[in-house]
Amino acid sequence: MRPSRLRPRDAVRVAATGLRSRPLRAVLSSLGIAVGIAAMVAVVGISASSRAEIDQQLRALGTNLLTVEPGQRLLDGETAVLPAESVDMVARIGPVTSVSAVGAVDDAFVYRTDHIDEAKTNGITTLAARPDLLDAVSGQVASGRWLDDALAAYPTVVLGATTAERLGITRTDGSVAVWLGEAWFTVVGVLAPAPLAPELDAAALVGWPIAEELLGYDGAPTRLYERSTESQVDDVRAVLPATVNPANPEEVSVSRPSDALAAQNAADETLLALLLALGGVALLVGGIGVANTMVIAVLERRSEIGLRRALGATRAHIRIQFLGESVLLGGFGGIGGAVLGGLVTAVFAASRDWPFALPLWVLGGAAAATILVGALAGAYPASRAARMSPTAALATV
Amino acid sequence: MTAPAAPVAELVDASRTYPGHPPVRALREANLRIDDGELVGIVGPSGSGKSTLLNVLGTLDRADAGTVRIDGHDLATLTDRQLSSLRAHRIGFVFQQFFLAPGVTALDNVADGLLYTGLPLAERRRRAAETLERVGLADRSHHRPNELSGGQRQRVAVARALVGRPSLLLADEPTGALDSESGAAVLDLLRELHQSGTTIVVITHDHDVAAMLPRQVHIRDGQIASDDALTMTGAAP
Repeated sequence: MRPSRLRPRDAVRVAATGLRSRPLRAVLSSLGIAVGIAAMVAVVGISASSRAEIDQQLRALGTNLLTVEPGQRLLDGETAVLPAESVDMVARIGPVTSVSAVGAVDDAFVYRTDHIDEAKTNGITTLAARPDLLDAVSGQVASGRWLDDALAAYPTVVLGATTAERLGITRTDGSVAVWLGEAWFTVVGVLAPAPLAPELDAAALVGWPIAEELLGYDGAPTRLYERSTESQVDDVRAVLPATVNPANPEEVSVSRPSDALAAQNAADETLLALLLALGGVALLVGGIGVANTMVIAVLERRSEIGLRRALGATRAHIRIQFLGESVLLGGFGGIGGAVLGGLVTAVFAASRDWPFALPLWVLGGAAAATILVGALAGAYPASRAARMSPTAALATV
Repeated sequence: MTAPAAPVAELVDASRTYPGHPPVRALREANLRIDDGELVGIVGPSGSGKSTLLNVLGTLDRADAGTVRIDGHDLATLTDRQLSSLRAHRIGFVFQQFFLAPGVTALDNVADGLLYTGLPLAERRRRAAETLERVGLADRSHHRPNELSGGQRQRVAVARALVGRPSLLLADEPTGALDSESGAAVLDLLRELHQSGTTIVVITHDHDVAAMLPRQVHIRDGQIASDDALTMTGAAP
């Protein structure tokens, strides 16, 4: 005798027919899975887009910038001082392509007018800057001009992006002056945000000579910026402390800002894992919703099960039918969720001017997850349907 | 005299007891033989065990004692999968409630009668169209069940049972949900099918329906109370 046989195509058709007969229920019960998948896809997509943005930024800024700061003195724990000639010393290291420095000018704060209480410093620091600073840190002037050699000797100031915002200064045509230390300084430029040197954003930059002349600056650099050939960064890093301060190399601290930028992104990974777990919970709840729908479907369709057994369906065919329905429900939810998550990512990335990035493994993972959830959710209802005796199934009407 | 051909269905001392307190003996040592081409009415009041008899004949239920043979196969030796395949290829069912899939055309409802035979869809539909023509519903093949009258629905259900050319067609109260006119039409259809050689068993509690069938088997309290076939053999020794 030929065995009962359900063609794979027919199995899919039968499963789909079950869903088509109650479309609203199918949509609602796959919605839970869709929300879970959308959350997970969006979380991964947004994080990938943000990483793509940072990668792009780093590519533009370069990862060969090293900064040198004075460390702590071993003897008394005070902050060390970098020798004034350290900039020239660093410039003599072979692979170094550019070097510059800023020096913090103590007790010189920036005010909009000379009537403001001196205690309200706004968190703005005054830095003496060398003319070649912008080249070293890949800085950009947002408006106005930079402190070139000519301007550096006069009471002129260039404001960091944050500083300009805090003081409410946008005009750089020479008509605005700020009260800096004990003198008026004309604002000649505003910088764009400097991702590799965020300390410049909240600073007011003045020329080296005028700082020494008017503000009592001692001429010691407090931060060196150094760029070298990309491949030699580690070698340069090794010799920097001894070059900067031959007498006390241990009092020098060297860092790589691009690492910090990347590390900041890595810190987001924890949050990402948390959000992913949250999406997983939504997926689980969605799966329970599908299981619930399938249990009800099996109860409601006992006579259909009985009829199919009478038409020659084996238990396995009944199981495949309900398992298929459940997997389809999950699959529809997964597709809907992936599309929704992709849209959320695209909108979010567009609103922040990030590049859109959505790794393919996310979509593959989403598909696999929904099929798995659908199969798990349908396993019990399907096996109940399969175990149902045909006579009992037919006798229920 | 020629030796009788193998029966389509045969029950030898078949019993079916449903566990419970007390156990229900729905079928008690029933003996029944249905030959190829017969049209048999199984008549009895509700609770007489006729549905159990139908389920046992249709391999939906197993007798727990005695022997049941369908198309030469001893059901006790068959696995559940083999019973399923017997139903897919050899047995057609017609139910009182029709059990047509809502929202599916008459043609596809009939084609579903072949779903578990593994035939491709096009072939199933071709045979379904043929069978619908045979039951006189060729012009209704693209109507859905809710667009058909009760009698038409039952004829679609008969077509679905018939489409696999079964050795045995089992009809459980086929006229029970129909008015007398539609019921008569369905019975006429069954008689026509019988004329053309199909073996049919009709289960009914309705003596008027049974009276229209050539052979009647009366069942009461799970036992075969009378069987026309046996009476005839008794009358002609």
